Amino acid sequence: MLIGSAAIIAFVLILLAWAWRRPEGKGADERVWTLGLGVGFVMAVLVALVGYGFWVGERILPRSDGAVRVAAEARQWGWAFRQPGPDGQPLETQEVLYVPAGVPIDIEITSTDVIHSFWVPRLGGKMDAVPGRVNVARLMAHTPGEYEGLCAEFCGLGHSFMRFSVIVYEPGAFPDLSNRQTGGADE
Amino acid sequence: MNDQTQSVNPPQRALTLHRELTAVWSDLPGWRGVLASVNHGTIGLRFMATACVFFAIGGVLSMLIRAQLATPRGAFLDTAVYNQIFTMHGSIMMFLFAIPMLEGLALWLLPKILGARDMAFPRLSALGYWCYLFGGTIILLSLLGGVAPDGGWFMYTPLSDKTHTPGINADVWLLGITFVEISAVAAAVEITVTILRCRSADMPLTRMPLMGWYMLGTSVMMLVGFPPLILGSILLELERAFDWPFFDVTRGGDPLLWQHLFWLFGHPEVYIIFLPAAGALSTIIPVLSRTTILGYGTIVAAVLGLVFLSFGLWVHHMFTVGIPHMALAFFSAASALVAVPTAVQVFAWIGTIWKGRPELKLPMLYVLGFFLTFVMGGLTGVMLAIVPFNWQAHDTAFVTAHLHYVLIGGFVFPMLAALTYWMPLICGRARVPRVGEAAFWLILIGFHGTFFIMHLTGLLGMPRRIDVYPDNPEWIIPNLVSSIFSMVMAMGFALFAFDIVMQVIFGAHSRRNPWRAPTLDWAMSLPAPAYNFASLPGPGLDHADAAVALARGTGWLPGAPRGWRETLVVNAGSGRPEHVAVLPDNTMLPIATAAVIGSFFMLMLAGLYWLTPLALVAIVLTLWRWGAVMGADTDHAPILVAKGQSLPVHWQVRGTLAYGGAVATLVADSSLYACLLFGVGFLSVVAPAWPAPESGLSGLWSAMLIGVALVALTLGALFARRAEARRGSAIAQTQTRLGVVSGVIALVALVSIALLLDDPTRHARDALRGVLLGFAVVHMGIATLLAARSHADARDGRISAQRRGAVPVWRLWQDFALATTAISGLLVAAQEVL
Repeated sequence: MLIGSAAIIAFVLILLAWAWRRPEGKGADERVWTLGLGVGFVMAVLVALVGYGFWVGERILPRSDGAVRVAAEARQWGWAFRQPGPDGQPLETQEVLYVPAGVPIDIEITSTDVIHSFWVPRLGGKMDAVPGRVNVARLMAHTPGEYEGLCAEFCGLGHSFMRFSVIVYEPGAFPDLSNRQTGGADE
Repeated sequence: MNDQTQSVNPPQRALTLHRELTAVWSDLPGWRGVLASVNHGTIGLRFMATACVFFAIGGVLSMLIRAQLATPRGAFLDTAVYNQIFTMHGSIMMFLFAIPMLEGLALWLLPKILGARDMAFPRLSALGYWCYLFGGTIILLSLLGGVAPDGGWFMYTPLSDKTHTPGINADVWLLGITFVEISAVAAAVEITVTILRCRSADMPLTRMPLMGWYMLGTSVMMLVGFPPLILGSILLELERAFDWPFFDVTRGGDPLLWQHLFWLFGHPEVYIIFLPAAGALSTIIPVLSRTTILGYGTIVAAVLGLVFLSFGLWVHHMFTVGIPHMALAFFSAASALVAVPTAVQVFAWIGTIWKGRPELKLPMLYVLGFFLTFVMGGLTGVMLAIVPFNWQAHDTAFVTAHLHYVLIGGFVFPMLAALTYWMPLICGRARVPRVGEAAFWLILIGFHGTFFIMHLTGLLGMPRRIDVYPDNPEWIIPNLVSSIFSMVMAMGFALFAFDIVMQVIFGAHSRRNPWRAPTLDWAMSLPAPAYNFASLPGPGLDHADAAVALARGTGWLPGAPRGWRETLVVNAGSGRPEHVAVLPDNTMLPIATAAVIGSFFMLMLAGLYWLTPLALVAIVLTLWRWGAVMGADTDHAPILVAKGQSLPVHWQVRGTLAYGGAVATLVADSSLYACLLFGVGFLSVVAPAWPAPESGLSGLWSAMLIGVALVALTLGALFARRAEARRGSAIAQTQTRLGVVSGVIALVALVSIALLLDDPTRHARDALRGVLLGFAVVHMGIATLLAARSHADARDGRISAQRRGAVPVWRLWQDFALATTAISGLLVAAQEVL
């Protein structure tokens, strides 16, 4: 997309420079400019781009294929998560989300007060947490590790600090919880 | 050229004409001129100057933001103040700079470029200006008082509701911006009617300057696009003030309703801002390329396409709120499609340069700055239209970068080009050399230095609207670079302002038509006189070269022999002259009206709701005065406008400018009503806490009352028709009296329904019914006032075989009130039955 954009910008600027520097000659053909370049060229680029976007979008949509389901509840200002724990039982945590690597995760996102937005930049996707409804976002992390997440919708005074972590573990190797704070993160 | 110009009136001495017209059209001397001016030249320049002041204030706020973000732990502002500042930066730039700037340009330029003496409704121009100034001042004062809006410029609920924003910060935004929007809707009504009816003789719509088409597209979009925001603001203010739960999920509301209403306005808004700027480009590029525009018809089609498409895009601001993917795909395609008409224009402009011989004058530098910046902004826009990319980049600095590329590239650069292009006409002077070029380079380099790197900052994951980022060292360098270059850009703008002041004070007197442009705005002496044209242009006199012939009175409707401000009104399509409009003289009425409207908003803001009826009465009284000075109680002989062509004055025709204005107002009103119906439908289908509890409105009483109201409304519509049909006889007065009586009966019936309504704080359905009823009462009230106005006209002899007084406008409103009340009644009945 970046290369394509750069090419289009360069193309337009070269046309402009050429128009400027061109020696006196015959006039311009209106249809070449408006219909040819304006409609034809642009439509060709757009159809390709929108089609590609739709295809990618469909792939990362939540489907009912037995993905791991976790819940994220946003509030001013923090996150509460419910995920399968080490023993398979639901585990509730604050500000930290534990998910296994290599499997699709459906995150059910909601909010208790104002609109927030769930976003883990390195894992992609972003979904608003809207009071009164549950939105589902699908993520998949391939590599175990700790990923940073944040609130991406302005939500008042504590917005800048509304961060959380996503700990991605090897399936079956749930990390040791004893050295991590998992509750009462309200300071 | 001059030898081919035809004259339709005998030549006179230009200086005599100039003195005669100046005496009639000038503002009053001294401070009364400041308060009472209604001249489009004065008001348009005031709009633009005030908008530039707000631009400077908004710019200073952005400097504060950049200072805070220059380091990761900026301790310069605390979070509460920072939130106020970025909210105010966005709100000021959108509502107090961009919109008023384009209104000012339209008001100042349109009559000149279309060949008229003034806008269609001079008093409305003045009212719009005062509303803008007062509303903007309220908002600014809140910033000084530390209670400025702090919920982001799009004010998402529930963050902006009473629970989460208990102070008056959000009320300032809702009331202040709605106040300013009165001026936007007023300007839209006025621009629409002016373009359709106040062109030069025999200038068909299909051959008017492209600026006319662009402004027509803009004004239609404003008529349809502003009401959703006005409705949203009214609903949110009702929720904040009286706890009516439109956006509260626990009681049948939905915060997403606000987002829909906001973006139904917000996206067209982008094109509302872009179109006038594109109009300036389409005017300036051919002149400075010494050729004609390439593809007039295609550009007009592109403008119409943009207007149409821009209303199908609003959802792309909401890709992350959880809307089904197929629906997203539709809006994604529509969003990408909007690039087509834009690209058509860009290529038509390049083609124009291609076929001409471009000259690198200062306005052309800004045009080139536009090309570079806007094309990049457009391409990042296409990227954001792609759903998966949007999910990643939404609400990051990438979006901040994109919107600044589009708004500064697509609006500010063209406006700077327009200012430098029309300055000689504004002040009559040529600019001081070289300062302007230096300002251009500072702005261009500063802008790209600030915002280009912000794309990267956004892709590195930095969200919008945060004030510190202590844990993200990777964002430090790009932010510092942005902050440094933003200072360069600020210096550029300061230098630009300095250059304008230098030009006004020290510039050499400019010769007439310095750019050798063909359009009528240059067919006058410099600086532009208050009356624009001593005689009006028409066939054979429709080129800037006709300036001398027009000044000598050989065009249409020369001078001001009757001591009136006269201009020609033409057929909307063909441009055939139809009648002569006599426009109002200087008056304090607009500032008085704006002041009482302002007092209403101030009382609301102070929470003194029990005092607001007083303000409403004052508003009605001042509006009554507007009507009282319209029309005439005697017939006037047709006016000889050209050899062998006599036209009636406006009070002796039906299709007046005022009637057109009423139609345009009802277009905006219909948009408001349609959004209200959308709100009812949206909440019933989508909001979680439905169905609503049992209603007490199903009884016989409410059915009877609405029946009485509808019968009275229908009778009123009949009385209006008969009053107009029998206007020559004494029966007219009986009909207008009956009209007032039926109006009062309908009002009483409607107000009685209010007693039967369920508690509107209980559920969104009941609150919406309260709003539907309020809408019916307000419109019924206006229709009744117009009936009373018609009755006063009949009584005072303003109605005769030839004169219709306020009756046609009354009839129009009566029909509208009848239709909307009937629809609302049916809707509530359907809710009860289903």
